[in-house]
Amino acid sequence: MNMPPAASDLNLCLCHSCSMTCDMTDNPHECERCGAPLHRRKTNSLARTWAFMFTALAFYVPANLLPVMNTKMLGNGADSTIMSGVLEFWAAGAWDIALIIFIASIAVPGIKFVALTFLLMSVHRSSLWASKERSQLYRFVEVIGYWSMLDVIVVALVAALVKFNALADIEPRAGILFFGLVVVFTMLAAMSFDPRLIWDEKRENPQNEEVMDEVASH
Amino acid sequence: MANTDQLIICEHCDCVYEKVTLVEHQKTLCTCCGAVLQRHNRLTVEQRLALTCAALMLWIFANVYPVMTISLKGIKNSATLWDSVLALSHGPITFIALVAAIAMIIAPIFQLLLLIWVLGFALSHQRSPGFKFCMRWLEALRPWSMLEVCFLGAMVAVIKLAGFLHVLPGIGLFALAVLSLVVIRIAGRDIRELWDIL
Repeated sequence: MNMPPAASDLNLCLCHSCSMTCDMTDNPHECERCGAPLHRRKTNSLARTWAFMFTALAFYVPANLLPVMNTKMLGNGADSTIMSGVLEFWAAGAWDIALIIFIASIAVPGIKFVALTFLLMSVHRSSLWASKERSQLYRFVEVIGYWSMLDVIVVALVAALVKFNALADIEPRAGILFFGLVVVFTMLAAMSFDPRLIWDEKRENPQNEEVMDEVASH
Repeated sequence: MANTDQLIICEHCDCVYEKVTLVEHQKTLCTCCGAVLQRHNRLTVEQRLALTCAALMLWIFANVYPVMTISLKGIKNSATLWDSVLALSHGPITFIALVAAIAMIIAPIFQLLLLIWVLGFALSHQRSPGFKFCMRWLEALRPWSMLEVCFLGAMVAVIKLAGFLHVLPGIGLFALAVLSLVVIRIAGRDIRELWDIL
């Protein structure tokens, strides 16, 4: 494949804040137009992404195990976790709502962990395989990121509404805090990953690709 | 080498291209990684400012009026967005109330105020005082403004409660629905064009 010239080869750099093409001849530290810091690649991208992701992963466990809310009906309290909420909807026949909550709260963070780990590992291994698809995967991770906030908002609204003293009362529980932290940290992880790293190896060794293709075809 | 003003760099793979002029419904994609490089901007400064003012009104409606009202055995309860933030703030989980407040209320209002400030000056073809600062904050706030998630969350809450209570959607919910759509339209990445035209 014939690739267009790379910004780093032309001594140019993209400003992430205003999209300006900055000339790096004098090694400026800031974009001359908007003043945002300039870097050819995001600083410590891999280490930061791993760190944010492991933090999120650590919070993912209590987020799923601890109850997210407590429902009190006529004095009888019952805790519910995210998964038990999904199952309740499913059992009640509301499979569509069960699916929305399952996708937003359990599948999306799970997909993000798997996708980010895969992207990080492939960059570590200087993989040349399916660069375009890996770029698309990164964009997908960025897009789905914040939809996991859904459950936090549902719990907040429900807890604010159902306040009938002795009759019925819903309160948020610690699980929702951890859940919110998972969302925040996976978003930070996705933001600190630099998708240009996916292409760097290909640029450095353009002949490798043909070798790889030959190997693959045998 | 061409003037750097005429060049555009793909943010996902660092490829360099020359800018082209687009007509309606056109966009340019990176041949290397498939990312969108340029998209035609259909909103003029006047239109964007008008939509931002409308969004500000909607934001006020969404925050003043209850999102929904429920009733159980004759007792009625209603909650606004702020009430739901407060519901999270009790006990040791206060931090999540802050996150929710930023995502549902604070980030959107700052986006709208910054846009009105910047676009108001842009009408007379000048950069507002603190233009750099405002534009950088608009970039920083975008990922944390989650109105569309908030709207879907409210819808899920309506259905969740409708199972065992009488639920009445409020003005706040309708305002939230329209507001989330308008904000996607006006506060997207295309506001970066202001850098080029001012």
